[in-house]
Formats: sequence, C-alpha cells, structure tokens
Amino acid sequence: MTPETRSYPGAERPARSYRHNADGVGIAVYEWGAESNPPLFLVHGGSDFAGTFDVFAPLIAAAGYRVIAWDHRGHGDSQHAALYGWDADIRDALSVMSAITNKAAPVIAHSKGGALMMQLADSCPYRISAMVNIDGMPSKRRMPDVPDHDQSRLLADSIGSWLDFRHEAAASERKPGTLVDLAQRRGKMNPRLSVEWLEYLVTIGAQQDADGWRWKLDPTMRFGGFGPWRPEWASLRMAALTMPFLGLLGTFDEPMGWGARPRDVLPWIPSSGRLEVLEGIGHFIHIEEPERVSKMILEFLS
Amino acid sequence: MNTVMLQHNKITLALHEVRPGTGRPLLFLHGLGESAAMMSTLSVNWAGPVWALDFTGHGESSVPAGGGYSSEILMADADIALRHIGEATVVGRGLGAYIAFLIAGARPTLMRGAVLLDGPGLAGGAIHATSNTEITSGGNRTGMTPDPWALIELSRDARPPTYTTTFARLAVSGSGIADPIAVTCKVAPPWVEAIRAEPGVMIDITLQDALDIYAAV
Repeated sequence: MTPETRSYPGAERPARSYRHNADGVGIAVYEWGAESNPPLFLVHGGSDFAGTFDVFAPLIAAAGYRVIAWDHRGHGDSQHAALYGWDADIRDALSVMSAITNKAAPVIAHSKGGALMMQLADSCPYRISAMVNIDGMPSKRRMPDVPDHDQSRLLADSIGSWLDFRHEAAASERKPGTLVDLAQRRGKMNPRLSVEWLEYLVTIGAQQDADGWRWKLDPTMRFGGFGPWRPEWASLRMAALTMPFLGLLGTFDEPMGWGARPRDVLPWIPSSGRLEVLEGIGHFIHIEEPERVSKMILEFLS
Repeated sequence: MNTVMLQHNKITLALHEVRPGTGRPLLFLHGLGESAAMMSTLSVNWAGPVWALDFTGHGESSVPAGGGYSSEILMADADIALRHIGEATVVGRGLGAYIAFLIAGARPTLMRGAVLLDGPGLAGGAIHATSNTEITSGGNRTGMTPDPWALIELSRDARPPTYTTTFARLAVSGSGIADPIAVTCKVAPPWVEAIRAEPGVMIDITLQDALDIYAAV
C-alpha cells in the first residue's frame, strides 16, 4: 500500500525524532534547529500532537533555537499507557526536558499544555526561564442557566457513562475513514483551520491501515467530564509565577478551547508578565497566524 | 482464597473470594499501599460471600508503567468488581474508604451501603493549588506492588469538600436507602468532615452495627 501524503506551505517535519523512555512510557520526541543551539520547549494541547507545530516550530528554530516538542503519552507516536493523568503528563514532560538540559529553558505551551507547564513552572521554577502560554489559562466559569439539581443529574450521567466506557475500553478502537473523512471530523473541533492543513495533519497524526486511516490518539483515553480538579487552581499558580511570562488569547471561542475571556484571565497574570489579546483569532493562535505570533514571541524572548 | 482475574482496560485486577456465603456479597477495599490479603483479616459478621479487591498497582493486580493514578480510576476498579459480584455492601479502609464512598455516589443502585474505616490514604492531598515537587523516577521498586507511583499520586490527589458532598448527595438521592454511607472513622480530613454533615451519612457507629443495618436493607 502506497501511503497517501499531503504537503502544506511552510510545514517542515522535524530534523530529528527519537523515542525517550519516561519511566517505562515511550515518548516520541521531535527536534527542529541545530542541536548546538539553546533549547526551547514546545508543548501541545490535549488531543493534539507535536506535528501541529510543523509550521510554527521551524519559524522559532530559524531564530537560533533548538526547538524540542514531544507527543504526550497516548498521543501521536508516543506509547499508549495504561493510565493517564495530569501529574503523569507533567512528569513525562520533566523527564523529556531533563534529558535535554538540566538548566532553565524557555517554554511555549498551547492549551492544556499551557496549564500543565504553569504547574511545572510553579513546582520547579528552576526549570523554566520564560513562559509563553497560548490560550492555556483556564478560568472559573459556571455552566450558565443550569439549576443545581440538573447539574447533579448531568454529573451522575457523566460518571455513569464514563464508568460504562471503562468496561469496554480494552476493546475500543478508533473508527477508520478516508484521509478526507478524518480531516472533516477534526474540522468539527478545529472549525477555523483550513481543509488543506487538516488533511496535512491526518498524514502525521493518523496511521493508514488496510481498512483506512485512524487517528493515533489512544481510543481508551476519555475524560469523564467530572473530577476534583478546579480550573481556578491554574489561575492561582499562574499568578505565582516569577519568570517572564507572556499570555496570548484569541477572541473566538472554539470547541477545544477553555472559553477563557480576557477579563477572566487578566487579574491572574503574574507581575512578571503581560497578556496579549489577538482580535479575530480562535484557540489555535499559532496555527492561524504563525508568522505574526512567532514574531511576537521571539521579541518577547529576546 | 479463590481469585478471579478481571480486565480493566490494560490492567488485570485480582478479585479474591475471602469466604463463601449465602446472600448479598460484601466487598472489601484496602488502604493505600495495602492489599486484599491484608484487608481480608478484618473480622466481621456477614452471611453473604466476602470478596476483597486488589486495586491497580496493588497486591496481585498488575502494575501500569509510569503511573497516572487517580481515585476515579480506582473507583472504576471497584465498578469492575461490582459488575462481577453484583449488588453489594462495601467496606473500605483509608484510601479504600474514599473509593467506597465515591462508588456509592457513582453507582447508587448497585451499592447497598458503604462503610468507611480509618486507614492509610484516607486524607488524600491538599485541597488547593500547591507546589508539589515533581519526581521523575519510581526508583528501584518500579514494577512492584504496591506501585511507588500509586503511593505518590494517591497520597496527593485532591478531595475538595465541594466535590465529595456532591457524591454524598448522589448516593442519597439514587440509592433509595435512608443512610447509604456509614462513617466509622476517628480521623476526619476535610472531605470526611464535609460528608459527616450531609443527610444520609451515619456517624458515631461501629463497623458491625453499620453492617447489621445494611444486611437488613
């Protein structure tokens, strides 16, 4: 079978890729730029993978950085783990970063990756020299117009459904489709990104089996929609950061975004940082406008 | 003990029949770092069969690489066991008490009472944003039970009172039992303190008295 391929203007696959052993979990790591350049880490969001940086990363690397990204456990080409968790993701990140350098380095992180890295920056401030958070600043927002008893019912349904899924998870697999099908499915979650880009992503983040393409994302990974974690904890950690900090926020809500608005985030921006609001952009700020965003970030880092 | 191996996604769980009996089963859930074998020495008067589960990464259950534990995953372990043994009364110690409590809220029609006992892992971690040091290696006990990642992660998982009171209310509203939760604990971390004040939660009661009440339900 000849694999279908797609190209995309400006997209560049990493110069180096390898597998890192994060205490028994194989993590796929990718690098752009010369190995001798100072390291900079890129962190993707939930349900994404490092290949989503294929346009953005080369722009940062061209400024003289060794840019390192990795697929989180269960994502992209990293190993499907038995368990997934916030702390495990942070630990995997620290394991990858420690294998590259034991010194502080800049981090650019998107969405869930941003929230993960704020926790890492708070607990290990000696590892991160500067942080750019691209729409990864959760805030406390209640579900509007839902009475308490209905919220309890929704919660009960969420828990029951998640538990039911755990019984069947071992046999679950992703639905196959054509390359175009997968791009269209992802388009529902990324409504502002072009068909050409989404089709390109399929060729990186999915695999072509005999019966069609499947996303590589572990099918057993399903978040319950419930749990003890409180989004405001991320805000508290963000406010405590002491390294230079740049927060980027678009103005269009998207299904994969946090729904945070500037007025939710601004009170929690650390005194060492600033928030930039980019009008007319959605959750994938660095994908929608890679040139503008990379220029802004490189100015901040310099 | 008879042991049944059950599949929970990529984990194999060991569910032990401590002793046979007639009637509704009793399920034991052990504390953090303990095992079903340690829990099975608990002396109770119960007519039905008594079962004890090894949680993921404990006892004879398998050990996942690289951790990723949460109390909710252990709640799903308990749910896998309940599907095998059917409607049951559950006794949990320490961490197992918290899991018994969670599953009472999550599967109120399958649970005929949850009895919460003192034991390791009862408290959990902080209930606000903290700066926990990150550790990247499980050390030379990696792959063994109890899994070091279980010990680390489940001793710091958050159990905010606002979260736990919700589960207490789900248990009360969904079970049809007047008092589906019995707290025998002498120790009262914030989540226990919060649920002690909820209707449908019995306090100042012994393990055997609670079991006698649930046996009659």
